[in-house]
Amino acid sequence: MAQLDLRGISKSFGDTAVLRDIDLSIADGEFLTLVGPSGCGKSTLIRIIAGLEPQTAGSIAVDGAPIDHLRPHERRVAMVFQSYALYPHMTVFQNLALPLTMARLTMAERLPLLRLLSPRRRRIMAGIGQEVGAVAEQLQIDRLLDRRPAQLSGGQRQRVALGRAMVRHPAVFLMDEPLSNLDAKLRVHMRSELADLHARLRATFVYVTHDQVEAMTMSDRVAMMHGGRIIQLGTPAQLYDRPANLTVAQFIGSPTINLIKGRIGRDDAIEIPGGRIGLATGLPPGAEVTVGLRPEAVVPAPLVPAFQDPVRLPARLHRRENLGPEQILHFDLMGTEKAGLTCRVMGSETVVADEPVDLLFEASACHVFDSAGERVDLPAPVTSSPPPVRPVAPLAGGPGA
Amino acid sequence: MQATLSTRTAPAGEVSPAAVMIRRMSGLFFVHAFLLAGAVFILLPFVWMLVTSIKPPEEVFSAELSFWPDRFYGLENYSFALTAAPVLRFALNGVIVCTGILVVQLLIAIPCAYALAKLQFPGRHLLFVLVLLALCIPIQVPALPIYMALAWLGLLNTYFSMMVPFFLSVFGIFLFRQFFRSFPDDIIHAARLDGMSEFEIVWRIVTPSAWPAIAAFSVFSIVAHWNDLYWPLIVISDINLAPPPLGMMYFADAETGSNYGALTAAATVLTAPLVVTFLFARRRFIEGITMTGVK
Repeated sequence: MAQLDLRGISKSFGDTAVLRDIDLSIADGEFLTLVGPSGCGKSTLIRIIAGLEPQTAGSIAVDGAPIDHLRPHERRVAMVFQSYALYPHMTVFQNLALPLTMARLTMAERLPLLRLLSPRRRRIMAGIGQEVGAVAEQLQIDRLLDRRPAQLSGGQRQRVALGRAMVRHPAVFLMDEPLSNLDAKLRVHMRSELADLHARLRATFVYVTHDQVEAMTMSDRVAMMHGGRIIQLGTPAQLYDRPANLTVAQFIGSPTINLIKGRIGRDDAIEIPGGRIGLATGLPPGAEVTVGLRPEAVVPAPLVPAFQDPVRLPARLHRRENLGPEQILHFDLMGTEKAGLTCRVMGSETVVADEPVDLLFEASACHVFDSAGERVDLPAPVTSSPPPVRPVAPLAGGPGA
Repeated sequence: MQATLSTRTAPAGEVSPAAVMIRRMSGLFFVHAFLLAGAVFILLPFVWMLVTSIKPPEEVFSAELSFWPDRFYGLENYSFALTAAPVLRFALNGVIVCTGILVVQLLIAIPCAYALAKLQFPGRHLLFVLVLLALCIPIQVPALPIYMALAWLGLLNTYFSMMVPFFLSVFGIFLFRQFFRSFPDDIIHAARLDGMSEFEIVWRIVTPSAWPAIAAFSVFSIVAHWNDLYWPLIVISDINLAPPPLGMMYFADAETGSNYGALTAAATVLTAPLVVTFLFARRRFIEGITMTGVK
C-alpha cells in the first residue's frame, strides 16, 4: 500500500493564504483525520493531495516518490465526496464501472459506435463486471446496480460513492466529509462501517471532517487544523487528554471543555473566581491564564467523589440535560456573573435546582493555558493540603468566555 | 384568496362550504377567461392563416368577415401550393440548413461554454465579456465581408453558404455557460479522478445533464433559421436551394401573388414543422428557460 508524505505544502488564492507550510507524514495503512472548523483549509489540503488543485509550494510523495507532476487519476488515490458526486445519468453499475473502463479501455473502445468493433472490449467488460459485482456485494448494493442515483436513498448513494472509490484499489482513500449529508442515526452506523472497511482494506485513509466525534471515533491519528496550519497532531486520546492549545481544547470533546479565566497568585497557585487551584505553573505571579476542565472532571459535592484533595467551588444548578445514562449539569458559579461550569455525571438526580452545592475537582485534572492560549505543562500539584475556599474578586470565565 | 379571507372574517357557520366553492370557482373562471382572451389575441393571425388556407378565393376577398368558409376549398389550395411550387423542397432545404446549423452550433458552443463556466485560465473573464459584446452584433454587420469571402471561394448558392455565418452562436455559448455554472464541481472532480479527459467530461458527463438547455437552445436556433429570409436572400439565387421564407417569396410572385388561399396553404405547410418541433420540446424548453434565467 502506501505511505504519504507532505512537505511544506502551502496554498494561497491571490493574497489569501489558505494553507501555510503543512508537513505531514501518513503511515501505510493509517487512518488519519484532518479535523477543524470550516475554512481551516482541510478540504483544500485533501484536494491538493488528490491533484484537483495545485499547491503553491511544497511537495507530495507516495512511498517516497513525488506525485506532484501526476494528474489526479495517475496518483493511485480515490476520493469520496461530501455530495457523493455520482454521475446522475448513469446507473449504479455504470458509476462503479467507470473508473475501470477509463483505465482499461482505449479511447476508441470507449467511443459510442466504434467500440462495437473491438473484440477485446467484450472480454475486458466482462472482467470489469465481475469486479464491480464483487465490490457491490461487499457494500450490499448488488441489488441496486440498475438504478440511477436519483432513485437511491442518501445511505445507498454513500455506499455507491464508496464503491466507486474501492473498485480502483487505490493506495490512498481520500474522504471529504463523506458522512455529513446523512441523518444522525445513519451517520453513527456508517462510522462503524467505515472503520470496518479500513480494517479490512488496510489502505491508507485520509479523512476530512468538521465533526470531532467522527475524528475521535475512527482515527488512528488526528490532525487538528486551524487557520491553514496543523495545530496539533496526535492520537485521539492525546488530543483529548493533552490539548496543545485552547483551540484544540475547545474543539475536541462534547460537551465543550469548561474554561475559567484566572491569574497566578503570589504563592504560585492559580486564583480563579470562587477559589484557588494549587498548581505550580512556572509562570510569573500576576500572569493571566485560562484553566480548562473537562465536564467529567467536575463532580457536584453530593456525589462524594474519591478525590484526595479537591478544589471546591460553590455553585448553583442552572439547567439539567438528561441523556438517560448520564446527565449534563450546567452550574452557575456563586458570586460571579455569567460564569458557569458544565459537568457530566452518571445517572441519579441527586442535585436539586436552586440549592447551593460545591463543585469538586482535582487540581491535576486542570489544563492550564497561558495568555497566548498555549498549553502550560505542569510538573505536579504544589500544595498537598486543601486551601481554604475563599472568594476572590470575580474575573471572568466559563465555557462561553 | 378572496374566498379564504371572507371565511375568516365572517362568523362561523354563516358561509357554507358550497358558497366558498362557488366563490373560488368564479375566481378561477375570471382568471381563465382573461388568459383565454390573451391566447385568442395571440393565436388569431395563426388561426386566420389556417382558415384562409381552406377558403375559396371569392370568400377570401368578400367584403363581409366570415370565420368559417361556406365552401371547403382546402384540397384545391393545398394541391395547388404543393404542385405550383416545390414547397416540400423548401421544407427539406429548411430542415437541412437548420439541422446543419444546430449541430455545428452545439459542437462549438458546448465546449466553449464549459471552458467559460468551469475551467480556470487567465483571460476567462475578458473572454466572457467578449462573448457578451458579440451578442450585440447583428448579422447585417459582418454580412458583406462574409459574402465577399464566399463569393471569392465560389461557395455562393450552396447549403454551406447559408449555414456558415451562424456556426458560432454566442447566444448558445452564453446560454450553456449559465446552465453549466450550476453543474456540481464535485462531479467534474470525480470524473477527473476517474481518468476522464476534459473533452470526455464535456460530452459524457456534463452534456447529458444539459438536455433542457439543449432543447431550449434548439428551439431558439431552429425558429430563427427556419424563418430567416435576410441571409438566404443574399447568398441563394437557385430556387431549388431556397429555404422556406425565400421559397415563399418566389412563390408569391406576380402570378400567384393574389392567390391567398394557396399562399396561406403553403405557409401552413412550411410552419407545421416548427409547431411540431416546439410541441415535442415544450417541456424541456420551459425547463431550460427557467433554469438558465434566459427569458
